[in-house]
Amino acid sequence: MIPGAFEYHRPKDMEGVLAVLQEHGDDARVIAGGHSLIPMMKLRMADIPHLIDLQDVQGLNSITVGDTITIGAMVTQHHIIENHALASAAPIMREASLQIADPQVRYMGTVGGNVANGDPGNDMPGLMQCLDATFTLVGPDGEREVAARDFYEAAYMTDREDEEVLTQVRFDKPQGGFAYEKQKRKIGDYATAAAAVQIVKDGDTCASASIAMTNLSDTPIYSEDAGAALAGTTVDDTAIEAAVAAMLGDIDPTEDNRGPIEFKRHAAAVILRRAIARAWSRA
Amino acid sequence: MNKEITRQERADALGGMGCKRKRVEDARFTQGKGNYVDDIKLPGMLFGDFVRSPYAHARIKSINTDRAMALDGVVAVLTADDLRPLGLHWMPTLAGDKQMVLADGKVLFQGQEVAYVVAKDRYIAADAVELVDVEYEELPVVVDPFEALKSDTVLREDLVAEDGSLPDGAHGPRKHHNHIFTWEVGEKDATEQVVSDAAVVAEETMYYHRTHPCPLETCGCVASMDKVNGKLTLYGTFQAPHAIRTVVSLISGIEEHNIRVVSPDIGGGFGNKVGAYPGYVCSVVASIVTGVPVKWIEDRMENLMTTAFARDYWMKGKIAATPEGKITGLWCHVTADHGGFDACADPTKFPAGFMNICTGSYDIPTAYLAVDGVYTNKAPGGVSYRCSFRVTEAVYFIERMIEVLAIELNMDAAELRRINFIKKDQFPYQSALGWEYDSGDYHTAWDKALKAVDYEGLRAEQAQRVEDFKAGKTRKLMGIGLTHFTEIVGAGPVKNCDILGLGMFDSCEIRIHPTGSAIARLGTISQGQGHATTFAQILATEIGLPADNITIEEGDTDTAPYGLGTYGSRSTPVAGAATAMAGRKIRAKAQMIAAYLLEVHDDDVEFDVDRFVVKGAPEKFKTMKEIAFAAYNQAIPGIEPGLEAVSYYDPPNMTYPFGAYICVMDIDVDTGVTDIRRFYALDDCGTRINPMIIEGQVHGGLTEALAVALGQEIAYDDMGNVKTGTLMDFFLPTAWEVPNYETDHTVTPSPHHPIGAKGVGESPHVGGVPCFSNAVNDAFRAFGLRHTHMPHDHWRIWKTANELGLHG
Ligand SMILES: Cc1cc2nc3c(=O)[nH]c(=O)nc-3n(C[C@H](O)[C@H](O)[C@H](O)COP(=O)(O)OP(=O)(O)OC[C@H]3O[C@@H](n4cnc5c(N)ncnc54)[C@H](O)[C@@H]3O)c2cc1C
Repeated sequence: MIPGAFEYHRPKDMEGVLAVLQEHGDDARVIAGGHSLIPMMKLRMADIPHLIDLQDVQGLNSITVGDTITIGAMVTQHHIIENHALASAAPIMREASLQIADPQVRYMGTVGGNVANGDPGNDMPGLMQCLDATFTLVGPDGEREVAARDFYEAAYMTDREDEEVLTQVRFDKPQGGFAYEKQKRKIGDYATAAAAVQIVKDGDTCASASIAMTNLSDTPIYSEDAGAALAGTTVDDTAIEAAVAAMLGDIDPTEDNRGPIEFKRHAAAVILRRAIARAWSRA
Repeated sequence: MNKEITRQERADALGGMGCKRKRVEDARFTQGKGNYVDDIKLPGMLFGDFVRSPYAHARIKSINTDRAMALDGVVAVLTADDLRPLGLHWMPTLAGDKQMVLADGKVLFQGQEVAYVVAKDRYIAADAVELVDVEYEELPVVVDPFEALKSDTVLREDLVAEDGSLPDGAHGPRKHHNHIFTWEVGEKDATEQVVSDAAVVAEETMYYHRTHPCPLETCGCVASMDKVNGKLTLYGTFQAPHAIRTVVSLISGIEEHNIRVVSPDIGGGFGNKVGAYPGYVCSVVASIVTGVPVKWIEDRMENLMTTAFARDYWMKGKIAATPEGKITGLWCHVTADHGGFDACADPTKFPAGFMNICTGSYDIPTAYLAVDGVYTNKAPGGVSYRCSFRVTEAVYFIERMIEVLAIELNMDAAELRRINFIKKDQFPYQSALGWEYDSGDYHTAWDKALKAVDYEGLRAEQAQRVEDFKAGKTRKLMGIGLTHFTEIVGAGPVKNCDILGLGMFDSCEIRIHPTGSAIARLGTISQGQGHATTFAQILATEIGLPADNITIEEGDTDTAPYGLGTYGSRSTPVAGAATAMAGRKIRAKAQMIAAYLLEVHDDDVEFDVDRFVVKGAPEKFKTMKEIAFAAYNQAIPGIEPGLEAVSYYDPPNMTYPFGAYICVMDIDVDTGVTDIRRFYALDDCGTRINPMIIEGQVHGGLTEALAVALGQEIAYDDMGNVKTGTLMDFFLPTAWEVPNYETDHTVTPSPHHPIGAKGVGESPHVGGVPCFSNAVNDAFRAFGLRHTHMPHDHWRIWKTANELGLHG
């Protein structure tokens, strides 16, 4: 678990970052908290001759909360948990962050790293899809925006170009009830199955619902049909089962040490039922 | 009255046996001031790293080191061909087999050491590993021991004669080219007769999965050959430094007096650091070749994949009983997967360790045990992970068999245990499989435990839960795990216990300084057990000097007396006994000095806490401090100056700690998630030296038991790839997963141990594993489950529930 040699860059601004990225192309990679990247380097699964540390780059550390919420790429999971304004405006962010890794990892792991990494095990991508977030990317050709729901292509493959940096995530202040439900083997483990749910209630019925699942395919799964199955219902057992069935149609888990496919599908269903019930009770 | 208080105060001031003395080690450990092997930095030191096989079974067609040697900073690359002229390409194992140091023509498990790179820094070494070109030819892989015994694939060509016949192994005849040994204990025919005649027989096959001790600190060493004076110093993570010195001498030919082995602070061992590994041999050779020190420290994956595993026993059992539940016989057959080499760490005469303690806490008149050892394409090992030799396996076996028998009899498992316990007045008890249990009082412990948890109340609650579950009111089941374990620890009597011919005695050497403080050195080595704390307490009580004034030193073979090290809960039973005995020799001499100083006859003084007093005249006394000074500054006729003693203790018997554990667990049948609501642990380790250390050991051992029972495994796929090579998949519980433990005790001193102590470090692991597992199994008993294999992780519990039809 000794990484190969690399050159360490620590630019002060985004121009500096982009300059190194442009100069070295594929051979350069940004590092945020390093808690996904460094293990890969130590296992020599990632060979990165030029490492660009984002720690000193200005403007990536803020959280702003209003009708729209923006979170800078370098905001850590710990900061999310600590930020009261964010916790009251988008409580699902805190509930989910508390289920990521352990306190030591959360002090280092960032939102940008979590969503840009492209690891199907990361919790933030599904959460961002549930919240219909937009990612801002900066590259040599300037800035562009991509919807979280369009960003993920396959494991470790995203819409981001090698020379682009993700600077922030943005989403509308979520409405209604929420739940982030995650089954894992122990603290510090990625999900066996996880569900992010937001439900808006209108009288006794569900006005709209947004559902995304984590670690049950090679990308996060935003299940539009599952959300639609709840809309207009009283979120009774029939509606929940319809949502679960729709979700099961969208996921495609693989076998690993967390269990065989049948178990994962079963766990996904249980977790989603629980998440819907909790979100509905809070709506 | 007044005098009594003073006496008590004097005793308290010593900090001797029975007091909750704070661990003296912790000041340095909690401040990062420990000195572990990786902290050792010697001038000019080089670093070693291994090229390891990606395949589980392959022939090596060629190894080309040119590209690696061309890398700046690489000093040497060793292969088997370099070790062959020294006769070091293979080395003997503790189990009487031999093991490749570096791959000699083929590899037998994934991660096997193929070449050893030596470089100027750790990073260059790692880079060079990638530049060694090895050409492999894949061979058929055998990972299942039952398949191995049928397979045409020969794993160990070196153990097949040219005419195809099979020479005997270290433990007798071999039945197949992948078979290592058969070990039989007890009466086969008589037991089979009892089983076939019995009114009730319960049969079960259980797999005790392969796992790993996974100490926080991995294995490593620094070898330093001084070519000028011919002396080799070897620092390393050794649980048995003296044995390592002897082994190094025997295999390297370096005279033993020219070898100094040092075990510095060790960050946990749990059996993983008992054996000798290729890394040690290669580092020694590299230091001899280069003339400078060489460090080798394995990383976490190397530790999990290649250094000694534990368990991997397939155990088939038959237990016979009368209709009333009195057990009449026990039959057990084990298929033991040893991996590519038999590198088990067991006393020589016991190829399956003390598996024959598998009659447990029960009075079973007839029993038979047979163990077949098998080679497969997995890493070698088979160490005792926080237990005495194979005792965890034995206790798991009997405690599961009891539960299965209870189901067969439709009886309460607590009651079934009670009616079969060996009774207090039966000790010393001769077991059907050959052990003499020294002492025990099982009924008292059991009743205390059941009462403490309100056992009847728990069963009533459980019955209600089953009703509620069936009525659809809950999706959680409740399991009550019971275990009454009996361990066999403290190996052991030299007459039947040795490792590589070295008797398993242990030792203590004490020097009292003129000012009344002392240093004691032992043949054992702490890896976190707190020896520096507890052994000083034994001595404080034995010699009447404050524990705080007694330094305990272990681990340096140039200074410590010869001993067989620390594992198998042997430190207190053996070295602790040596400590008490050496203390008594000090006291005997002190008595003569005191008598001289007090101008009375030797027999007219007696020991009193911290002094010798004149019998009948307690106001006339000499404190041990005064006596120590006198030993160095007065000419006493007929007595040599100084106050020192050495004791080598050969224990007359093993010790037999026991305990009663109860676990209450809730299980979510939909997710397989377990929640331990309560864990009660009563331990009887005989005399209790330091209750706080005991509690710490119990907490640690239970946590490792929880790990093993609920998820910790070394798993392989069909190609022999390790699937659990990192801590993401290899389960180490965190504070979050660990329940609150309630500890309790009874005290039944060992009759043959000088202070009556039995050892406790391993009890909680031995008793904990079956207790957690029984809780899981018990939760499903009402739905027809007899047995489900560990580890009870989420998906396996879900599968059990699923197969019982509990998911509708
Ligand atoms: C023991 C452990 C347990 C964990 N458990 C969980 C868990 O349960 N759930 C979970 O979601 N995560 C988990 N993680 C991951 C952790 O949360 C990481 O911190 C996170 O995934 C990545 O954030 P980072 O800042 O460390 O990214 P880094 O490791 O620095 O980077 C990850 C990748 O993203 C790229 N990257 C980083 N920032 C940017 C950016 N601004 N723009 C473009 N690319 C960027 C990097 O180049 C790299 O490829 C765990 C990690 C560990 C070590």
